[in-house]
Amino acid sequence: MHTRLGLSGLAQMVLALALMLTPFMASAQEPLRLTLDSGVVEPMPYAVPNFVPESSDAMVHSENISRVIADDLTGTGLFREIGRDAHISTVSSFGAPVQFADWKAINSQALITGAVSTDGTGRIIVKFRVWDVFAGQELGEGMQFASTADGWRRLAHKVADQVYARLTGETPYFDSRVVFVSETGPKNERQKRLAVMDYDGANVQYLTDSQSIVLAPRFSPNGDRVLYTSYETGFPRVHVLTVGDVRSRILQANDGVMSFAPRFSPDGRTVVYSLTQGSNTDIWAMDVASTATRRLSVSPAIETAPSYSPDGSQIVFESDRSGTQQLYVMPANGGEAVRISFGQGRYGTPVWSPRGDLIAFTKQNEGRFHIGVMRTDGSEERLLTASFLDEGPSWAPNGRVLMFARETQGAQGASALYSVDISGRNLKRVRTPAGGSDPSWGPLQ
Amino acid sequence: MTYFPKAALLVAALGLAACTSPDRFGDGQGGAGAGLDTNAPTTSYAPGSADDPASVAHFQQRVGDRVLFLVDQSSLTAEGRATLDRQAQWLTVNSDYLAVIEGHADEQGTRQYNLALGARRANAVMEYLVSKGVPSSRLKFVSYGKERPLEICSAEACYAKNRRAVTILSAGLTG
Repeated sequence: MHTRLGLSGLAQMVLALALMLTPFMASAQEPLRLTLDSGVVEPMPYAVPNFVPESSDAMVHSENISRVIADDLTGTGLFREIGRDAHISTVSSFGAPVQFADWKAINSQALITGAVSTDGTGRIIVKFRVWDVFAGQELGEGMQFASTADGWRRLAHKVADQVYARLTGETPYFDSRVVFVSETGPKNERQKRLAVMDYDGANVQYLTDSQSIVLAPRFSPNGDRVLYTSYETGFPRVHVLTVGDVRSRILQANDGVMSFAPRFSPDGRTVVYSLTQGSNTDIWAMDVASTATRRLSVSPAIETAPSYSPDGSQIVFESDRSGTQQLYVMPANGGEAVRISFGQGRYGTPVWSPRGDLIAFTKQNEGRFHIGVMRTDGSEERLLTASFLDEGPSWAPNGRVLMFARETQGAQGASALYSVDISGRNLKRVRTPAGGSDPSWGPLQ
Repeated sequence: MTYFPKAALLVAALGLAACTSPDRFGDGQGGAGAGLDTNAPTTSYAPGSADDPASVAHFQQRVGDRVLFLVDQSSLTAEGRATLDRQAQWLTVNSDYLAVIEGHADEQGTRQYNLALGARRANAVMEYLVSKGVPSSRLKFVSYGKERPLEICSAEACYAKNRRAVTILSAGLTG
């Protein structure tokens, strides 16, 4: 029973031509820069006047694109938009000189100007510039992106990614997708479907129906495939689904065993997962091309939730070999595992940061659940959230934000997706049409 | 022709086994074991009712189809072993039946861990039944982790009923 719900919304994109319309002005000043590691408290004020529609059919897109850019930037908690009501200048043409004094007067440190046009074949073209208002000069170069009309949100995310990167020096994450489990129904009759959405909850598309329980989808490194666990056969088994044609197949099909908790290696060629035989759950690796498998852990305890380091050399996982769930790191080929979690309580669902510097986890202590991060040696543990049930963090492609699931308490309890900055700030719900769990954040597109 | 009704029962039960209706996870009053036994026309109980010792309903309600576990434990309690002794005896007498043991956990735990924990519980039941003489070829187990709670409150009263392993019968090995 393969579901084939087409991914019609995938827009064709033609991207990234530097405009070079104005010569880059060298400056003696330091460029405008928000340094994220210094503990930013005050969001940087910016303005994004409506992008100029260069034809009448571009008007609706210019409004929408400007709003999504602002939602992206303000949604990080790092930037504060100065509303249009406060603007003194209006921007009526993309080429017009910027009235810096008017933007200084409302203390807008950064300014984003842009224009939207259509090319007569249904494609939208957006161009933009980013300005350092107080220095009175452009930040980086003007650029333009083009897309089919249904890709207008991606165009906005592309622009916001450029702005974010120029203002923070960090790699961005707005033009990315998240695969997750969409949930409806009460706890004892929960219906679960695989779904994929933009990082902000827009453009949800379903990848499976709700006939079988599906759990914990994981994107491949380049986003072309999704691993997940399905009860389609009556037993939990690791499946792999090709995003392009939404076809799935069972990856781990041995009779009499359960397989679950899959995750790709950074090169996308190997899958690590848990296999249960008898009372024992161990971590195995499968070469995707040959389907050859290899056992990586041999303890009689429960070993599960494996996640590779970004260089592919190590695997962090959870084990209850000490008596309770704790985190361990072992070489990617198996071998001796080193325990890294030593705080109060139990630790599970470790995920290695794409930057390699941190491991995110779920912690259970004194009846509460937390999402936290620690260094890869277990030091400097920081808890970012606390609730009745927070679970299953997934890293944004730039390693600065985590998305996870929060289930509320009681008979009416439901699960929703949330994101939080690794500073612990900016906790917010990701708007999805139904409930959600098990998010897996895909790569920057 | 003696086996014909059993074949009908087999079909009915397999249909049930293939069904993922939440009814399966309920109290088992969803009509399982409604097959007629033509060999037992003289008894005073309604065939297929809980009073019929060969019925699925009897297994569920009188023998006891489930055992409960302590928090984070997969070892069998004394009460659980007593239930499983009765299950083993029933399965030995009613040798037509296969069983899948479904392991479950309460919601206090991470998803993957609870899957593995539910497997431990189901496997503990399966090993116990095998130790009491039920052929392992008739038994399978599966874990649902915390995916299929019976009770939905977030309190120990509910959690205690959700930490369970349930023996689900299906017909097989007939004739």
